[in-house]
Formats: sequence, C-alpha cells, structure tokens
Amino acid sequence: MIEDIGPKSRRSLLIGSATTLSVAGLGVVLGSAALPRAARAATGNAAQDVQLLNAALGLEHEGIAAYQLGAESKLLKPEVLKVAVTFQSHHKQHRDDLVAAINKLGGKPVTAKALTDYAKELNAASLKSQADVLRLALKLEKGATNAYLGVIPSLDQPDLYLFAARTAADESFHAAVLGNVLGEPIPEKAPMFG
Amino acid sequence: MKTTGNSLWLALPVAAAALAFGVAAAPLPPAPSAHPPASPPPASASRGAEVYEAKCGACHSLDANRIGPKHRGVFGRKAGAVPDFHYSDALKKSGIVWNEKTLNTWLQSPVKMVPGTAMGFQLRDAQERADVIAYLKQVSGKH
Repeated sequence: MIEDIGPKSRRSLLIGSATTLSVAGLGVVLGSAALPRAARAATGNAAQDVQLLNAALGLEHEGIAAYQLGAESKLLKPEVLKVAVTFQSHHKQHRDDLVAAINKLGGKPVTAKALTDYAKELNAASLKSQADVLRLALKLEKGATNAYLGVIPSLDQPDLYLFAARTAADESFHAAVLGNVLGEPIPEKAPMFG
Repeated sequence: MKTTGNSLWLALPVAAAALAFGVAAAPLPPAPSAHPPASPPPASASRGAEVYEAKCGACHSLDANRIGPKHRGVFGRKAGAVPDFHYSDALKKSGIVWNEKTLNTWLQSPVKMVPGTAMGFQLRDAQERADVIAYLKQVSGKH
C-alpha cells in the first residue's frame, strides 16, 4: 500500500484501488500443488526462493514509490497522471502477489522504505518536467522487465517461473506505452529484453 | 548457417537439372561451412554502461543503495562491505573479493556461487558479462 511509505493524503484517493490477491488467488497464480508451507519452508530451496522474491518485492516497492513521486510532482498532465496511477496499481498487484507468495513459503516480506528515501535514491529532485518523470519510469520498467526475466533460471519453484514471466510481461507493456508517449523509436532488433 | 542453407537450396536444383539432361554433374563445391566462431570482441566499458543501465539498473545504481548495493568502487571490494546496505548473511560470509573472475562467476549465477544470496539475476551472455565487468572496473577507477 502506498500508505506504507508516506503520509496519507490525496494520493490514497489517487491510488487506493489496488486489489488484493486472496490466498485462494495465490493458489491460482502459483499453482495449487505449490507451497505447502511446512514442507516448502523446510527446504533450503524455499529459503532461496524467498530471498529472490523479496528482492523482487523491493523492486515493486520502489516502482510504486516512483509513480507516487511522479503523481505528487505536479508535473504530469491529467491524462498522463491517470495512466501513471493505473500502472502503479499494477505494481501494487505485483507487490501483493509477492507478499502472498513469500508468506506461503514461510518467509517474511520486506517492507517499503519511506518515500523520502526513495526520492533520494532515485534523485527525484532532478525531475523538472513530465518527460523527466516518464523517462525515469521507463528506465525502471525496462529494468524490471529484464530483472524478472533474468531471475527465472535461479528460481527453484517452477510455478514461480510463470509468475515472473507474467510480471515481466506487465513491465514490458508499461515500458512500451511509456516509450510511445516519449516518442522513442521502436527497437529495431529483437529480442528486446532478457 | 544462412549461407550454408542458401547454398544447399541453390545447389540441389542445379545438380538435379544436370542429371536430368544426362550431363555428368560436376562435383558440387563443398558447401561453405558455417562461419567459424569469431573471437569475441574485447570487453568494452562503453557497451557495458548500456548493458548496466538496461539489465542492472532496475536494482542497482553507481552511487545509491537501492534494491542492491551501490556499485561505484565495487571492483576490488570485499563482498558485503558497502555500509548501510542490508546484505544476505550468505554474501557477508562469502569472503569474496570482486574482480574479473569472481564477478564473471557471480553474474553467471549468483545463487550457484553463493547459495542464500538475495540476487538471482543471471547475465547469461558472456560478452555482456565482460562488458559490464569492464564498466564496473572503469567506474571503480581500476583501469
């Protein structure tokens, strides 16, 4: 939740519509045979997957914060803000899915930092225009796509492969839209990621 | 591959036509072999900067701890040694010092090199690894 990383304000209205994946829903995401908690948590591989999922969760926390910083910057035109808020809601869904998966594996999900910390780490003070905000978002979305694809071979649980690939697809969709808004040329070579 | 395949498709009808007209088909020239593997270009820090941005930049920056630790100065540094970054116990205890060899092994598969690490991203292309390592060496002032 965005409220985890900053004071409540209009942004909770802006971005409070993210849905939460139920535990039953996680079974669909990760496969019904996945993750009997005691069995999985007892293995080193489960602990390894928890580590990797927590890194991904950190990525989602940062992505949510980046869109929050953009939304609060007053640099975005209303129609662009609407898209940014929608993309942020996707990242909230990813976050919720990851938290559920980590809990199922017997791990402890990492929590978000303060929004001010993310602002510093992402050098938000340098954002002076809508294009600056979108370029930052594009960089993070492209990176996230590669990050999810690049972690797949390291995951132990096959159901997590699909989860990571699906999330990468979401990030690449975001990147495509952002690149289009910024007028970036279509990449000439494929594959574009991974 | 492409040259070989094209040559084969072109050569077969020619040979068939020669046989059909009772002409002794001249021995076909040997199909060109697939291109021998070219030696990889030398590592390039400038290419590495691009790869770093695209494939490492989701989690890492040179000068800020984010999902992963900051990277400026990583070359020659002991693993798990950036102040104020929360490392996995596994990496802190690894005893690794980052250099070309250890970074190359790490980037191929962090979880194989240090089970229990929080980094799972694999950079599988050898050239990209070499370029990124050259970049990290450069930004660490170890030319």
